[in-house]
Amino acid sequence: MAFIRDARDPACGDPGLRERLAAVPSEPRALIDARLAETVREERGRLVASLVRILRDWELAEELVQEALVVALETWPRDGMPRNPGAWLLTTARHRAIDRLRRDARYRERLGIIGEELRDVTSSWSETGGVLAQDDRLRLIFTCCHPALSREAQVALTLRTVAGLETPAVAKAFLVPEATVAQRIVRAKRKIRDAGIPYRVPEAAELPGRLEQVLAVLYLVFNEGYLASAGDAAERRDLARDGAWLASLLVRLMPDEPEAIGLLAMMRLHLARADARFAADGSLVLLPEQDRSTWDHDAIANAHELLERALRMGRIGPYQLQAAIVACHATSASYAGTDWGEVVALYDRLLELTPTPVVALNRALAIAELRGPDEALAALEPLAARLADYHLYHAARGLLLRRLGRIEEARETERRALALTANPAERRLLEERLAAS
Amino acid sequence: MKYMVLIAGPEDAPSSGTPTPERMAAYQRILGWWDEQSKSGKVLEGYELQPSLTATTVRRDEAGNVTVTDGPFVEAKEMVGGYAIIDVADLDEAISLVSGWPSSATLEIRPVVTRD
Repeated sequence: MAFIRDARDPACGDPGLRERLAAVPSEPRALIDARLAETVREERGRLVASLVRILRDWELAEELVQEALVVALETWPRDGMPRNPGAWLLTTARHRAIDRLRRDARYRERLGIIGEELRDVTSSWSETGGVLAQDDRLRLIFTCCHPALSREAQVALTLRTVAGLETPAVAKAFLVPEATVAQRIVRAKRKIRDAGIPYRVPEAAELPGRLEQVLAVLYLVFNEGYLASAGDAAERRDLARDGAWLASLLVRLMPDEPEAIGLLAMMRLHLARADARFAADGSLVLLPEQDRSTWDHDAIANAHELLERALRMGRIGPYQLQAAIVACHATSASYAGTDWGEVVALYDRLLELTPTPVVALNRALAIAELRGPDEALAALEPLAARLADYHLYHAARGLLLRRLGRIEEARETERRALALTANPAERRLLEERLAAS
Repeated sequence: MKYMVLIAGPEDAPSSGTPTPERMAAYQRILGWWDEQSKSGKVLEGYELQPSLTATTVRRDEAGNVTVTDGPFVEAKEMVGGYAIIDVADLDEAISLVSGWPSSATLEIRPVVTRD
């Protein structure tokens, strides 16, 4: 169903953009499509989430939702969209569910209870206009990201079930064969059923650890798309927007979790500047050289406000700190004018919470701007062994050595970087540096 | 749901080797845990196993040929040193129960096949 693949939120959860889209009168057809696409994406996951809870059968739940969507996509464009699309879809799925369950001996005993629960959900969705009433998607998200599933399975299952991506799209985005993704999803569902993974939101005591898993999955989805190069398939680049959509859903469902808000703010701060990252010919443009007038400054301001809201909750964490660092860059008028003192201070705190060599590397680069390349090189020194195979370590070291006029050493370390990366845009950048001097 | 918990670790379990005071204390903690969880009804049964040097592996192929060899069926750094059959609501409760194991170990949780 190609339509659902196109079911991206064209505004990417940005209310300002959505208003601007809605104000365009000349393209009614495209507008209806966009609204339809958004509704499908939103309601599909919500419907699956509730049906999984009631039926306790992932396969059947997804089949019923798929069938209801087929009916909707036939009738809505012709008859117009119902006032409460969620309740409409649920009613359609409910009639089909009862039909199917009557014919299946496995459900005969529970049929009465299931019918009642289905009616309850339907009436609650109809009465409240469907807004967040009986939203089971948190259960769905936490179950998809359960630590007893592999990270690959968590990612595939979340994209397929919560975000509604079709399996081929997931496969293209992660550059793996379709059959592999399909198998990961089937196995994950089987494990959920047979190993007794409960369908619930974790209790307060276990919530922090479990939420970390969810945030890690969403961050991975986002990065996979954001770090894709301009030449990659569209599915791959769109993944960044899928990640941001999932994060915005999580924030709607858990509005009091500052780390979830921090992650969403970081994603939006990146997305607002995504177009400036590539030149017309597809080559990578690094932060100092980016044309800041092409950044979406409204989106940056909105994301910055979001971050402020998270910070005011007074429970700082790695995602909020990373977002704050990105915000320093995104709100500065020029590269030279960046508040490097603040950036280094934020990296210091981030390093306390997550003492990884990659964080230390980025901190060293900020130190170069604040206190000069000499001190930055000294800060890189202790990372040499642990980052020996990380191309960005060598690329960064090369730049610092060049600033100190140590060209021969710079060339040597840049050649090492070149040998360690296959990313075409990064290779081109390194080759240009090596060719220049 | 019933699960089997396989308890593995390097083969210097508290019960083997020289009985130092630390080993004795660790062993006591394990016995205490076992006792408590049995009383709560979550641990149905289980045993500590003799070290893997006592293991004998019997392989039977499709034709019915049997070979007997000395040792466990996989040689690994961590060997299964015991097992427990537990009865809990779901995997989350199993994970939480097993996380309370009072000694360093690697524990594998597997649902058992039940026919009802």
